[in-house]
Amino acid sequence: MTINLFQEVGSFAENKDAARKIRLENIIPALNKNERVVLDFSNIEAATQSFVHALISDLIRKYGIEVLDMVSFKNCSNTVQKIIGIVVEYMQEAEE
Amino acid sequence: MKIHLPNSAFLGNIDPFIRSFDLLNPEKLEITANKHWISVHPVVLAMVAALGIKVGQKNILCEKFEARSKHYFERMGLFSFLNISSDIKINEHDSSGRFISLTQIKNSNDLTLFLTEMIPLLHLDQKQAESIRYVVSELVRNVLEHANSDEGAIMCAQYFKKSNRISIGIVDNGVGIKKTINQSHRAQSDLEALRLALTPGITGTTKKEGGTEYNAGAGLFFIKSIATVNHTNFVIYSGRAMYKLLKSKSKDIVLYSDPFVDNHSKDENFPYWQGTVVGVDISLDSTREFSILLDHIRDTYAKAVRERKKSKYKKPKFI
Repeated sequence: MTINLFQEVGSFAENKDAARKIRLENIIPALNKNERVVLDFSNIEAATQSFVHALISDLIRKYGIEVLDMVSFKNCSNTVQKIIGIVVEYMQEAEE
Repeated sequence: MKIHLPNSAFLGNIDPFIRSFDLLNPEKLEITANKHWISVHPVVLAMVAALGIKVGQKNILCEKFEARSKHYFERMGLFSFLNISSDIKINEHDSSGRFISLTQIKNSNDLTLFLTEMIPLLHLDQKQAESIRYVVSELVRNVLEHANSDEGAIMCAQYFKKSNRISIGIVDNGVGIKKTINQSHRAQSDLEALRLALTPGITGTTKKEGGTEYNAGAGLFFIKSIATVNHTNFVIYSGRAMYKLLKSKSKDIVLYSDPFVDNHSKDENFPYWQGTVVGVDISLDSTREFSILLDHIRDTYAKAVRERKKSKYKKPKFI
């Protein structure tokens, strides 16, 4: 399953309510069916740490860090990649 | 209450303005101002506006502004926000304006719309907009999620040509930082609560490292880091405490997880502010690559979580 985030949140991904909705209504049902998920950040200029946290932190907590074998991030700008990296890193530090 | 707009109150010299704030008769607000010249940070305007909506228009007594700079307050929307007449005439098409007048944001959708409209108002290019949009989003969301105030967030911003910076003020009349943090921690004072709120990975929503599915406790640390890297001021005031990040002298980027290690000033004997006040300056000269800042944040954040976990390890008893 590919989720086009720009369609959901526009070019600045900061709305945590939207992030949570995407996680609960799209990502988790797909993972529960053992489907791989691609989060497509095309046309997203920037994202906040809060948005990324609301999007993926609970996946790491619920499914373990192995969830990253099932979820991938596509077309991320350099800064979006770094913000995703920060969230993944502190969640691993916290969960270890 | 009495509040006096002084000749000058920016983040570097805001302390006397805050100390002069008189809390007696909390159901009324009397606004006075310097008679010659008033030059203040947007956070000062946001504070006056927040107090004004708290007491209501009928309970505001605002003296006639005489200062030559009085038009600034009309243009920033102070009088219309408070629904009081000023008799000050301004040229609505004044081209020198790079500002966001007083705005009240009450919910998430309002914020999303506001963020879209904000950047053209400040005439910023995409690179310059990155930090500013980030700061406003995180600060206003903090208010909407934690302040528990029907009035939401009150904000305004101004571009200052001489120093080439954007100054932002975001204020609420909510429960304040101490009450929010103490839902999960035990801060003994307003200042201790500010210290925890600025530490990466500490949130009022849980004691657990990594936060909840919705909150990580990172927003204020990111904003303090943006100010550190930009060599600008950052002020947070809640209850009786104020923490002020002072401009760092070093050209090297060094971020600390403990805000009391940064170059700062702090005090907890200010008049009690019911809610939270945040003021931040972003220099457009020295806006460093946001991605470089993120590298430093990643290192500092992960180290802070690791050290906090390690401090809880059981230690062997040697007898």
